[in-house]
Amino acid sequence: MKREYALDDIIAAISTPMGTGGIGIVRMSGHGCIALADELFIGKQPLMDKPGHTLSYGKITDGKGGEIIDEVLVSVMKAPHTYTKEDIVEINCHGGTLVTRRVLEALLKAGARLAEPGEFTKRSFLNGRIDLTQAEAVIDLIHSKTELSRQAAVNQLEGRLKQAVREMREEILDMIASIEAVIDYPDYDIEEETYATMEEKANALHSRMETLLAGADRGKILREGLQTVIVGKPNVGKSSLLNWLLEEDRAIVTDIPGTTRDTVEEYLNIDGFPIKIVDTAGIRQTGDLVEQMGVEKSKAYAQNADLVILMLDASRPLEQEDKEILSFVEQKKTLILLNKTDLNQKLSLAEVKEYTDSRILSLSVRENIGFDALIDALKAMFLDGRPATAEDALLGNTRHKDALFRAKEAMAHCLETIANRMPEDFISMDLQDANRALGEITGDTSDEEIIDRIFTKFCLGK
Amino acid sequence: MYQAEQIDIAVIGGGHAGCEAALAAARLGMETVLFAISLDSIAIMPCNPSIGGSSKGHLVREIDALGGEMGKIIDKTYIQTKMLNTGKGPAVYSLRAQADKTRYHEEMKHCLENTPNLKIKQAEIVEIQMEENRVKGVVTSGGAVYPCRAVVLCMGTYMKSRCLTGENITESGPNNLMPATRLSQCLRDMGIRLFRFKTGTPARMNRNSLDFDKMQPQYGDEEIVPFSFAHKAEEIARPQALCWLTYTNEKTHQVIRENLHRSPLFGGLIEGTGPRYCPSIEDKVVRFADKERHQLFVEPEGENTEEMYIQGMSSSLPEDVQIAMYRTIPGLEHCEITRFAYAIEYDCIDATQLKLSLEFKGFHGLFSAGQFNGSSGYEEAAAQGIMGGINAVRYIQGKDPVILQRSDGYIGVLIDDLVNKGSKEPYRMMTSRAEFRLLLRQDNADRRLTPIGYEIGLISEQRYQALREKERLIAEEIRRVQSVTMGPTAELSALLERYGTTAVKNGVRLSDLVKRPQLDYDKLAEIDGERPDLPPEVRQQVNIQIKYEGYISRQMKQVEQFKKLENRLLPEDLDYESIQGLRLEAGQKLNMVRPRSLGQASRITGVSPADISVLLIYLEQRKRTENRK
Repeated sequence: MKREYALDDIIAAISTPMGTGGIGIVRMSGHGCIALADELFIGKQPLMDKPGHTLSYGKITDGKGGEIIDEVLVSVMKAPHTYTKEDIVEINCHGGTLVTRRVLEALLKAGARLAEPGEFTKRSFLNGRIDLTQAEAVIDLIHSKTELSRQAAVNQLEGRLKQAVREMREEILDMIASIEAVIDYPDYDIEEETYATMEEKANALHSRMETLLAGADRGKILREGLQTVIVGKPNVGKSSLLNWLLEEDRAIVTDIPGTTRDTVEEYLNIDGFPIKIVDTAGIRQTGDLVEQMGVEKSKAYAQNADLVILMLDASRPLEQEDKEILSFVEQKKTLILLNKTDLNQKLSLAEVKEYTDSRILSLSVRENIGFDALIDALKAMFLDGRPATAEDALLGNTRHKDALFRAKEAMAHCLETIANRMPEDFISMDLQDANRALGEITGDTSDEEIIDRIFTKFCLGK
Repeated sequence: MYQAEQIDIAVIGGGHAGCEAALAAARLGMETVLFAISLDSIAIMPCNPSIGGSSKGHLVREIDALGGEMGKIIDKTYIQTKMLNTGKGPAVYSLRAQADKTRYHEEMKHCLENTPNLKIKQAEIVEIQMEENRVKGVVTSGGAVYPCRAVVLCMGTYMKSRCLTGENITESGPNNLMPATRLSQCLRDMGIRLFRFKTGTPARMNRNSLDFDKMQPQYGDEEIVPFSFAHKAEEIARPQALCWLTYTNEKTHQVIRENLHRSPLFGGLIEGTGPRYCPSIEDKVVRFADKERHQLFVEPEGENTEEMYIQGMSSSLPEDVQIAMYRTIPGLEHCEITRFAYAIEYDCIDATQLKLSLEFKGFHGLFSAGQFNGSSGYEEAAAQGIMGGINAVRYIQGKDPVILQRSDGYIGVLIDDLVNKGSKEPYRMMTSRAEFRLLLRQDNADRRLTPIGYEIGLISEQRYQALREKERLIAEEIRRVQSVTMGPTAELSALLERYGTTAVKNGVRLSDLVKRPQLDYDKLAEIDGERPDLPPEVRQQVNIQIKYEGYISRQMKQVEQFKKLENRLLPEDLDYESIQGLRLEAGQKLNMVRPRSLGQASRITGVSPADISVLLIYLEQRKRTENRK
């Protein structure tokens, strides 16, 4: 059953134009969408208990009990007095494009389906909300948007991503065919795959999907900026560094100051590479806040960043706090800055090296020493190791990401099925779910492909 | 020409489809005549001597659950039976039985003869008479005109068939039976599109010429499961026959390769499209050149015959090559071939011309079922036969057709596939075609379909009440198992340790224990003091339903979504090409297939989700306009 054919399930989409900044609205429609929103919403009272057409303030998380994404205003509208005549939930986010997308992704993970082009309007018409005269307009909408997104999909799928998804489907199809051939031809001496082999293959597929999904985030980086956070113990020079970077003419391209939010995103463009520095509110105005940031808070920020800039004070010996942060950021992509080299040195580069494999730079913000080296190092962060490649960027498409995510979930379920030593039939069920999800990305879904594979791979029959 | 008696339904063909169609029609009260070119060919098995197998076993059980005959006949005439795939999960357990071919034919023929309202007649039908696109009668080659209200075409592989063994081509049906040579033209003249398909069968040999010491014996199961839900195992228990396993080898392949040019398949003499599912040994050797050996099963054709069927080695090579080829095989060195292998070519229809009821679009009262629809296999034929018979009756009675959905059974999948996609080669049922197969198990076919069979009128009150009692027992026991909590007793700990599963500290729900991979419902009997004494078929349902609950509910959710589209019926009079906004290709395809529901429309190749959206909007538009009037 192809997902896009469902008639009244929960659909979700960003309903504000992308890239317009400021407030973004994620809209959901369908029976059960209020309950679904409640899974992610933390507020004074559950949305379910609110009357229709009310606005609730609260926080939205990326999953039940998960991390908080944003502070939001949620409007709950109950059927039938809504645009689609179904229950509708609208989540107003303030955190810009990236945050809005994270909220959408959280809803998709919680079970909503990404709306097809024009689908809200379609439902509105089908449920009798829109006048008959508008029917043609709805059809046009479906067509034009489908055509657009189809073209977009084609363009996006050029290159290695398509290849990667195809390769994974090939492997999954092979696994399915091996199981199915034995099931449909029980008497034949077909070499059966052992659970150990299947586990190995499923594992490899699962991690490959994870890598691709991680790559999707890197793709986002290329378009939306490397999310960067500056951490370090108090008074190490964090706000000076930020101001240093921001005040330097060549670095600043955009500046979106926080409005009512407690986070500020500062966009830098370093020779064409976007960097987004996320920090507590009003860093530039009230430098204290960032300077007072303690270890725990540093960790919390570092956790979500693509890049961590850890500042150490060269004029003081390495303290327990520093070591803790050092070991914590080791798993992240980190650039270590040894600041205040103009003062009496109590901490050497060599000493820091004992604690980390990350790149270390010596500089003095106050004396304006080492700025060019810092810019080069930041650029290098894009080019080496993890940062985005063109392929990564391709998976930025939410629809593909959603499909890949479901494929990965199916593979995770498959691993569980294998671990429980469930019969092969159930393994095949999981694999077919994964295969179907991947097929949505490449558009290669054919009911006959499994059977074709069985008969190309095995010699069977009377 | 002379006028014969007026009847309700004419069934053309006495194979597996024809028998089920005729029985269903007669049992539902219709005056029915089954016409067969030879009455000695009723329900014969011109190919493998077995019924059932993976997914085909499901079909037989479904036919039985609806009130059909195939399961009952094979239960009476089997000589070996096996439940296959028992290690692979409950959805794919498959029952298969070796049949005594002659007795199967006799039992079925006898059953037809003793069914009220049913006559069987030896005659070739050469013409279907139509009046204003409505069936009016059938004409036999002897000149008899039978006025009738509906016809079910079940001609199998007999239409203009020819058999090929090397250069030797004979105009004949299977097993040297007479082909039907004139009906094809009549159908063509009516505007029905025909395809040419091909299949084949291996040689038969005299058992006394074979050396079984060089083969491995294949035994049946000790514990017998009947095909029919109306039968109990002990009623049908009997001694079982042996089958044998042997292999081809390099010498065999060499003989084949050296003589490939003499095969009509490779020489271009065969025009028909052959199935991937039944490749001839020539095909196998060419396509899988690096495979050192291919396995062969040597199976008895019956108890009162010495003929053995060589499964895995169908061929259309010339007779002399066949002798040389078969004699390279261990155990067959001195084989005496009683019947040579052959390929057969025949006319069949493009099944996209049919509705899901199996009635031809635009030809009222003309139904088609079985291998003539482009399928392959006895079971696939019988499954279509019973549905064709039922729907021919309902057509006459002015009732809505009975359509099984893909989520109801393999029969639904089979007919939906045939009608939506048509086939490019003979269509074989496979478990991988059923997307909801965990729900469509052979063990629950009665629970799925017997209520439908009862409503149709093919299931007796007694059998229906027995099913309701079974349902009651299952529901009660599931409720009990879900509510009973077991304390961490020494007894329980001992059992858990014995089966190598983790101990429990506190109380644990019985149903959670059933779900553990190492355990099942029956294994927990010893610690489950309050357990009622239940029949095995009830215990099995309880176990499966609890044990695989998570997977089952996942599929049930998918079915729920699926049904929403399936239950949106499309008006029969739609001209899709005139619907604004529908792409040209989609409009053409929809006009050709004329789907019954939006769900069916969504499965047609060339129809996209956007097209379905457009259709939805069009339908809503139409509804509102009509309401306004």
